[in-house]
Amino acid sequence: MEWMSRQVKWFLIFTLATAIFFTGNMQEASAFSEQVIQKGAVGEDVIELQARLQYNGYYNGEIDGVYGWGTYWAVRNFQEAFGMEIDGLVGEETKHMLEKATKYNKQFVKKNIRNDRDFTHYGGTGLDKQSGPKDNPQGSEKAPSTDPKKGQGAGKSGDPGAGKAGDKGAAHKDEQPSDPGTNQAPTPNTGEGDTEEAPPPDQGSETETQQEQQPNKPTASNTPNGFSQNDIQVMSNAVYGEARGEPYEGQVAVAAVILNRVDSPQFPNTAAGVIFEPGAFTAVADGQIYLTPNETARQAVLDAINGWDPSEGALYYFNPETATSNWIWSRPQIKRIGKHIFGE
Amino acid sequence: MIRGILIGVLAVAVGGTAFWGYQEHQEKNAILINAENNYQRAFHDLTYQVDLLHDKIGATLAMNTQKSLSPALADVWRITSEAHNDVGQLPLTLLPFNKTEEFLAQVGEFSHRTAVRNLEKDPLTSEEQETLQSLYEQAATMQEELRTVQNMVIQDNLRWMDVEMALASGEETTDNTIIDGFKTVEKTVDGYDETGFGPNQVSSREKEIGYKDLDGDFINKEEARKIAEKYIPVPKNAKMTIAKGGPNKENGFYSVTYKKGNWEATMDITRKGGYPIYLLQNRDITDQNISLNEASKEAEKFLKEHNFMDMELFESTQYDNVGLFTFVSISEDGVRIYPDAISIKVALDDGSILNFTAEEYLKSHKTRDIPEPTISKEEAKSMLNSNVKVQDDRLSIIVNELGEEVLSYEFLATLNNDTYRIFINANNGVEEEIEKLQNAEPIYENLV
Repeated sequence: MEWMSRQVKWFLIFTLATAIFFTGNMQEASAFSEQVIQKGAVGEDVIELQARLQYNGYYNGEIDGVYGWGTYWAVRNFQEAFGMEIDGLVGEETKHMLEKATKYNKQFVKKNIRNDRDFTHYGGTGLDKQSGPKDNPQGSEKAPSTDPKKGQGAGKSGDPGAGKAGDKGAAHKDEQPSDPGTNQAPTPNTGEGDTEEAPPPDQGSETETQQEQQPNKPTASNTPNGFSQNDIQVMSNAVYGEARGEPYEGQVAVAAVILNRVDSPQFPNTAAGVIFEPGAFTAVADGQIYLTPNETARQAVLDAINGWDPSEGALYYFNPETATSNWIWSRPQIKRIGKHIFGE
Repeated sequence: MIRGILIGVLAVAVGGTAFWGYQEHQEKNAILINAENNYQRAFHDLTYQVDLLHDKIGATLAMNTQKSLSPALADVWRITSEAHNDVGQLPLTLLPFNKTEEFLAQVGEFSHRTAVRNLEKDPLTSEEQETLQSLYEQAATMQEELRTVQNMVIQDNLRWMDVEMALASGEETTDNTIIDGFKTVEKTVDGYDETGFGPNQVSSREKEIGYKDLDGDFINKEEARKIAEKYIPVPKNAKMTIAKGGPNKENGFYSVTYKKGNWEATMDITRKGGYPIYLLQNRDITDQNISLNEASKEAEKFLKEHNFMDMELFESTQYDNVGLFTFVSISEDGVRIYPDAISIKVALDDGSILNFTAEEYLKSHKTRDIPEPTISKEEAKSMLNSNVKVQDDRLSIIVNELGEEVLSYEFLATLNNDTYRIFINANNGVEEEIEKLQNAEPIYENLV
């Protein structure tokens, strides 16, 4: 009957569509995790978010795994264009829309992040054209001198940037780029609890496949406004040298004193200037500043930079047991933390 | 025979030691001279810059056209910053040398503020002329004193290394010409302390703000303990150390410390009103179980629980396995009040609150009468650089360069891949502040 056949037709179309929808979806939906991604977040979800937003041209920055301002505007503009609530929060609805509207080639992104290449993930262009040379020229200059053999061995396998035919980056999985620098596996994220070891450079493709299973690591990190990772490192050195035996609060306070001095007109205007001012810190004078700081000292510095000041605005501190200068005793005192007295 | 060999061996040993000792001595001397040279350079450079400063301020006094005045003042500003830099390289930290540094900072601030001003439209007032005159005189005295010290250093071959040794050993009674000379410099500058600046001069010294304006009565130790128990998850009647701190009672605080194994928690509570200034806790956080978004909900809940109302999340950032959130208070009309800031640090393993600070909030929070803006949003927008693309806007109150609270239009705008936060004064359209917002920094360990 005509009516029946129509119903059957509809039923068939419906099942087919659902099947396609689900299979199509299942491959991709497995990528994003459950979390609502918010500005400031770091991690694999952000890498996917950036790659997807780049695929349809909303995001033009680097795919580095840090949800910064560039990503934020990309998300908002995407939300606006697709008629969603514009809040910069990547929740269920936004993720769903992204999965429908874009593709994400995980292997390609992973490979490039692992090899430290400049790359993009735009849709409509062959991905093999979007992978540039290794990011850091110094790295590639340095590498040959450290291990010349490595360069030769890798060079055999083929022309470097061009890649093999086919628009999937994953296709040239076995290819070893001739640039020796890229053979160095990236060291994992700065996180302390990281137990992953960077494999030695000369490993075969076996390790490569093993690496594919490891989660993507962001290639950048958040830093507080006005401070770089290196600034934080120098300050951690100072805090560790000065106060490593002190309670955590005392370490934050020492870092806060350095920052209070930077703000004060009486002292140099940079963290390094304050730390290395002759005679200012005993740890600088006796070289303890060059010890390797631990994670606690780094956390203390981060807390101080982000606004915690247990010293309550102090510009000086001293250890009453070892202080030699009489003048320091004449300063108004604020409080005592551990062995140190903090004063204005 | 054996004796002969023994003597021979010993002679070689003595000779070897002597040679080694001589080499060590030479090396030590080379390093000492190197350090001494650095000090000498900084010192002679300082006196030169002060010479120059004196001359330049003098030149500005004689200038008539505002057109030449601006660059001259900018020059003064540059010189003060160089001189300040030199002072920072001398071993003077243990000397009370801060008056001189403060003087340099004040000259710098005055010259900078006047140099960037449009002097043709808004020329120097007679008060500012007087200030310049007085700065000129102070610079002259300082120059004279420094030259005297410099002369002695050259004549008597004085060493800065000796100063450092004397300071380090704490023997301040030793007669040391350099130290004495600098103490004289300090005294002369100190003499000007009261007179130097007119009433309009905002001193670079921070305005005295403390906790004395907070509502409420003074609390005692027992009350401080009860408040601390609300913030630190301690067992009942746990042993906590409570100490008084602060310069005086009005601005004072109680410091509460709790320690158990590896876990340390400390917090300061104002004596007036019993408000929490900060809470600090430290423990190891090795993994992430919750998202930044969930953590921000925890932070919001924490604020509500502790009666900080009308706060809006302003910034969220993830550092390894902790989330950092900054909240600012928000008026009924949705105006963001940036000085009222509270920061919260949340552990991403279990979502517990690690740190909290309300120091800025307590020092600036008050009931504000927010005026209506006199210029419209469109007018303010038209004052932006035409290359930037505005992404978001709102009204907010910020503290400007002069330390005043001003109502401004806040624009978040992009230019290429950078984002800027631009504040346009809502009453007169002045660009109050433009801030380039930080981009994520590459992890260099990965690149090398």
